[in-house]
Amino acid sequence: MEYEVVIGLEIHAELATKSKIYCGCTTEFGGEPNTHCCPGCIGMPGALPVLNKAVVEYAIKAGLATNCEISHYSRQDRKHYFYPDLAKAYQISQCEYPLCRNGYLEIEVNGEKKKIGITRIHIEEDAGKLIHDEYGRGTFVDYNRSGVPLIEIVTEPDMRSSAEVKAFFEKLKAILEYTAVSDCKMQEGSLRADINLSVRPKGQKEFGVRTEMKNLNSIRAIVRAVEFEAKRQILELEYGGVIERETRRWDDVKGESYSMRTKEEATDYRYMPDPDLYPIYVDQEWIEQIRATIPELPDDRKKRFISELGIPEYDASIITASKPLADFFEAAAKESKNAKAISNWVMGDLMKKLNDTGLEPSDIPFAPGNLARLVSLIDENVISGKIAKQVFDIMWETGEDPADIVEKKGLKVVTDTDAIRSVIIQVISANPKSVEDYKSGKTKAMGFLIGQIMRETKGKADPQAVNRLLKEELDKL
Amino acid sequence: MELTKLTACQAADKIRKKEISVPELTYAYLDKIIELNKKIGAYITVCGQEAEKQADIVQKKFDKNEELPLIAGIPAGINDNICTSGVLTSCGSRMLSNFVPPYDATVIKKLSQNHAVLLGKLNMDEFAMGSSNETSWYGQVKNPWDPERVPGGSGGGAAAAVASKMACFALGSDTGGSARLAASFCGVVGLRPTYGTVSRYGLVAFASSMDQAAPVTRDVADCAAVMNVIAGYDPLDSISRDSGYEDYTSFLENDVKGLKIGLPKEYFSGAVQKEVKEKVLDAAKVFESLGAEIEEISLPLFEYALPAYYIISSAEASSNLAQYDGIKYGYRAQQFEDLVDLYKKSRGEGFGEEVKRRILFGTYVLGAGNYDVFYNKALKVKRMIFEEYQNAYQKVDIILGPTAPSTAFKIGEKTVDPLDMYLIDAYTVPVNLAGLCAISLPCGFDSSGLPVGMQLIGKPYGEGTILRAAFTYEKNTGGNGGIDRGV
Repeated sequence: MEYEVVIGLEIHAELATKSKIYCGCTTEFGGEPNTHCCPGCIGMPGALPVLNKAVVEYAIKAGLATNCEISHYSRQDRKHYFYPDLAKAYQISQCEYPLCRNGYLEIEVNGEKKKIGITRIHIEEDAGKLIHDEYGRGTFVDYNRSGVPLIEIVTEPDMRSSAEVKAFFEKLKAILEYTAVSDCKMQEGSLRADINLSVRPKGQKEFGVRTEMKNLNSIRAIVRAVEFEAKRQILELEYGGVIERETRRWDDVKGESYSMRTKEEATDYRYMPDPDLYPIYVDQEWIEQIRATIPELPDDRKKRFISELGIPEYDASIITASKPLADFFEAAAKESKNAKAISNWVMGDLMKKLNDTGLEPSDIPFAPGNLARLVSLIDENVISGKIAKQVFDIMWETGEDPADIVEKKGLKVVTDTDAIRSVIIQVISANPKSVEDYKSGKTKAMGFLIGQIMRETKGKADPQAVNRLLKEELDKL
Repeated sequence: MELTKLTACQAADKIRKKEISVPELTYAYLDKIIELNKKIGAYITVCGQEAEKQADIVQKKFDKNEELPLIAGIPAGINDNICTSGVLTSCGSRMLSNFVPPYDATVIKKLSQNHAVLLGKLNMDEFAMGSSNETSWYGQVKNPWDPERVPGGSGGGAAAAVASKMACFALGSDTGGSARLAASFCGVVGLRPTYGTVSRYGLVAFASSMDQAAPVTRDVADCAAVMNVIAGYDPLDSISRDSGYEDYTSFLENDVKGLKIGLPKEYFSGAVQKEVKEKVLDAAKVFESLGAEIEEISLPLFEYALPAYYIISSAEASSNLAQYDGIKYGYRAQQFEDLVDLYKKSRGEGFGEEVKRRILFGTYVLGAGNYDVFYNKALKVKRMIFEEYQNAYQKVDIILGPTAPSTAFKIGEKTVDPLDMYLIDAYTVPVNLAGLCAISLPCGFDSSGLPVGMQLIGKPYGEGTILRAAFTYEKNTGGNGGIDRGV
């Protein structure tokens, strides 16, 4: 039987505000345990929450950038459960009346466009962290993260494949980065996703029973978890089993998920409106003020890169998916006359370096202007394309200006025909076999000879000149 | 001169006239505490050394002729659910029997800025849940008028300390009537401020939507003076408001002419003791003779206030008290098997019976399927009660009734059936539900010589009007004159 996979996401993003959601403590990552804390963060008696206005603004910004309706009235509720990292034993969240509703994002997979619905975005506070002592002295709690503001973005069950999930997640991540709502540092846990997944026979209208996988913190893990879980559920059904409504944990090392708890064990969170906080009233004027601060978003930027800078659509989608990368590209392209070449460098050598080193686009170790000057050096025939790759590597290591590198290392193209000619004569006399081959019509031999010449000149010889002069010399024979 | 008999305003005057000194006054109170606290049990913690030190500092300021707030140098007791930096804040609970806050509540900061002398922390029903002070981990507070009787609750320590001259005034709290009820049983004055008037920052939460710190004083003038110190907007409490009052003492006028006073018939029928009813009606006659207009009114939703209050307050309590889990501070069970066992044992051993009853009840009414049936319905009743009072205030300026259906009852008399105990709150809780303000003040004695309390209930932010009416009554009847008959 053919099955259809149905996926919805719940995404938690830490907001990039300076202070926490209900107090003035810093949101900075790290720090000695329990140093970014006040009585409120630790859940001490008598402490009270005071809502950080910036949190509401950031969340509204995220809502507007994802085509949501912004609620003029929304409420903060207490969600109760016991766990040592949850200082108050309730999390202040939003249940019935979230800040944003009914949004969507458009994604494109294999050339097909599709809208993915966003059910809601609400604000809430993060919990602390448990630290299990490696010497077995017990478990400790660090409340530094307690009260760091989050938004939870809940999608409709609109996705049908891991490719769609990946496209949606990347798009959302880009938007959160563009709007500076979140720094989206997945390795620090500031962006994480829960996956709701079910399968059903193709054509069936009703949804199948869904499972939930919590706290996926890399795109790779999300994709793998979706694929694993879809396969698991289909196999289960194929063999006549039933899918249980349950929460599962994804083990990224083993590449499989296992059951955490079933629905029967689910907690009753006993939501209630938080009596310490007034409802949040948002008027249209405020919404418009926030709307005015939203920068150009990835889709518009992509269109502009294609039309203004003339780069291919594929390159433009990849580059604009990351704000720091797009910023880098745009700055380099502006300094250069050759945007297409910049785009090729970004898509090629630069992406490869980022992949190999595991660095983020925001960590590129040289300035965009250096890439622009590197391209000019090629275009002005000062260095060859091959040499340029060497220069690029040095730029990556040292951050130096490409012209300086070329100067220091003597990498300039040799255009002096006499010098080149003498190398050619040398190579010809050293390779009589190849010369013979050439003469007998084996044109491949020409390539070999050029290679030898380039080696002798350490790649610095102007290729065009080499070509022309070699032909001349061979013809003389 | 017995220094501890002076009201705060009288003592302040004598300090300024250099008739008495702040250390003298402070020692007089500390002596009184040494003499009586064993019998009455009003204090959980006495801060003798700190009080002496503070008294010296304040006196030096007076000696330099610095201009100081009225309350400067006046010795006060603080309810043990108000956080005091460096001083045990137990809430009368074993759960917090080791909790020393690293911060002051806003009201404590304000008292310190006004140079009051803090004598110590006062006993109370555990987490302010109770009407008789019988639920405290630190033992029963006894009524200074009759040690076999309860002082009222939850602020029994506050009212008993003020009545027995162990504090010149006290800061209590009033979530469902704690300050007023205890004031009524002990023959002193207690004011429930309009919700939001006094910052709740540092007041350990019981039912957040109704919690307010509350002055407990010898007379009405002191009450206004304390309000001047503790009221005001606080950016640390989102709910707090600027009530618009600059000086509560400016309402201390001997004049009720033309004031319309409503007597709700529901407050004078049913469970109310005959003698209590008579004394309060006598007070109404006093007001009438002074030019006020008395009108009988009806508040038919009265009977729904108590159940609505217990649902809402217990629901909020179940949420607020969840943070006491034995992990971060407070009581932790000695032996446990795992995390869940740690929670169960710490909470099981740390909380008393009444607190547990309310946590269970509150958890139940918030549970899936019960929320709409109980909690949400109670919120609707709360809204209707608010509207009913709003309508009543179209006709009258203030509402007069007994503070409690009876005078102080015997210790142990109502501990068998919790509902018996809850009924004591019937007259106080509507004020908290409807967001009103009210003052309880003595209006005579029953035949056993126990004080009877009446309450004047004002509309939201109507503190000025009830203070004026209470002050006028006191002026014309001798008011707290009977206090001296206390212990």
